[in-house]
Amino acid sequence: MRLNLFPLLVIAVVLFVVLNLSAGLIWVERRLLALWQDRYGPNRVGPFGLGQILADSIKLFTKEDWIPPFADKPVFILAPAIVVATSLISFAVVPFAPGFVIADLNIGILFLLAMSSLGVYSVVLAGWSSNNKYSLLGGIRAAAQMMSYEVFMGLSLLGSVILAGSFRLTDIVEAQRGLWFVVPQFLGFILFLIAGVAETRRLPFDLAEAESELIAGFHSEYSGMKFGMFFVGEYIGVILVSAAISLLFFGGWLGPVLPPALWFAVKTMFFICLFILLRAALPRPRFDQLMSWGWKVMLPLALVNLLVTGAVVLARR
Amino acid sequence: MLSLVRSLWEVFRHTFARRVTVQYPEQKAYLSPRYRGRIVLTRDPDGGERCVACNLCAVACPVACISLQATEDEHGRRYPEFFRINFSRCIFCGYCEEACPTYAIQLTPDCEMGEYKRQNLVYEKTDLMIDGPGKYPDYNFWRVAGVAIGGKDKGQAENELPPVDTHSLMP
Repeated sequence: MRLNLFPLLVIAVVLFVVLNLSAGLIWVERRLLALWQDRYGPNRVGPFGLGQILADSIKLFTKEDWIPPFADKPVFILAPAIVVATSLISFAVVPFAPGFVIADLNIGILFLLAMSSLGVYSVVLAGWSSNNKYSLLGGIRAAAQMMSYEVFMGLSLLGSVILAGSFRLTDIVEAQRGLWFVVPQFLGFILFLIAGVAETRRLPFDLAEAESELIAGFHSEYSGMKFGMFFVGEYIGVILVSAAISLLFFGGWLGPVLPPALWFAVKTMFFICLFILLRAALPRPRFDQLMSWGWKVMLPLALVNLLVTGAVVLARR
Repeated sequence: MLSLVRSLWEVFRHTFARRVTVQYPEQKAYLSPRYRGRIVLTRDPDGGERCVACNLCAVACPVACISLQATEDEHGRRYPEFFRINFSRCIFCGYCEEACPTYAIQLTPDCEMGEYKRQNLVYEKTDLMIDGPGKYPDYNFWRVAGVAIGGKDKGQAENELPPVDTHSLMP
């Protein structure tokens, strides 16, 4: 009986933690941005302004949920669900602590990449079904951006895969017991970080939304909880990429003294804060700059990194 | 690339910088005595109304938010029967204060006038009148004005000589 119930328990815990964390990130992001801009941010509702999370949720839930009459209705409704669903499904393969994982797939990384690729459908469909030129432009941009950055996202983490000799995330973490992969794979880490930011369409690479150019890009026509789904989906993506970075390059749950799950949480939280710092500090590149960076700089670097790592591993064998 | 890293570092250093926010309801920003806020009607040092209901403030007001009705008391002193300022219209330009010949109407450094009902922003004379002389503590219009009112004839005001008797030949 216990064997049957344990995965359900894990699923419940993961869903609870991830969804609450992604809602809480609204507050974390606003407070951190304020901190770096010498302000306070939301500090009035409840202790430290934590009630702001609840207030924001209530606001999103009670706002008018309007579907424009010119929109392609079924697709319009489906699009925000896809981004949340794919991001949440990705958490199935994320090991939070030894044994505490929903599905310990032997192709965990491929599953992760596949799900994050599916996320692009959400953006494109949202942009298309809104029947609005700005939304469409946002959708097209997002598609081009995510496709190009996915290419070297996969390649950049293959270095870790080669070193660990496995696609299974738990194996990769265990392989870092002696040395975190960030040391031999520093280039891979940087490449993966940049690709991760682009993949979640976070601020230096938020050309799909680009307020100053495209109103709100692909979600211009969305309101109420449908907009909230994109919002939450983005934060889940941030958590996912941060978790992936800490798993692939920073030894996941490995660490002294503290319990494994806490180590994992600390590392993930660190990268979430890094994401927010990137947002606070960096300007948005032009679209052609983004593209040429992706194809002309990052992709060759990722290939070289893969080649060198493979050569070194072969030579040492 | 290096400049991006440097700007990341610069922004991160702001973690330890002092925050510039003034936590408003608890901490208040300094408003100078000449701040143009809530309008008041002041009194003479002896407690009488300064306003002589000349209507200059109402004329000067660019949004026509002041309305008043002049009347006289038994001594022939003019004063407003009612004096009404609609603060939902007032733009706090201070022209009324500049126009006032008796320093009666004055703007004060108070801007916390929020109301839930618009009607509550219409201030009557009782709401506007304060007990003190405001920014001009020693000024008393009726003591320096050359107007004759009950209890004070021409030439009896401060720093004033009796009027010249044009029928007399004496120097």
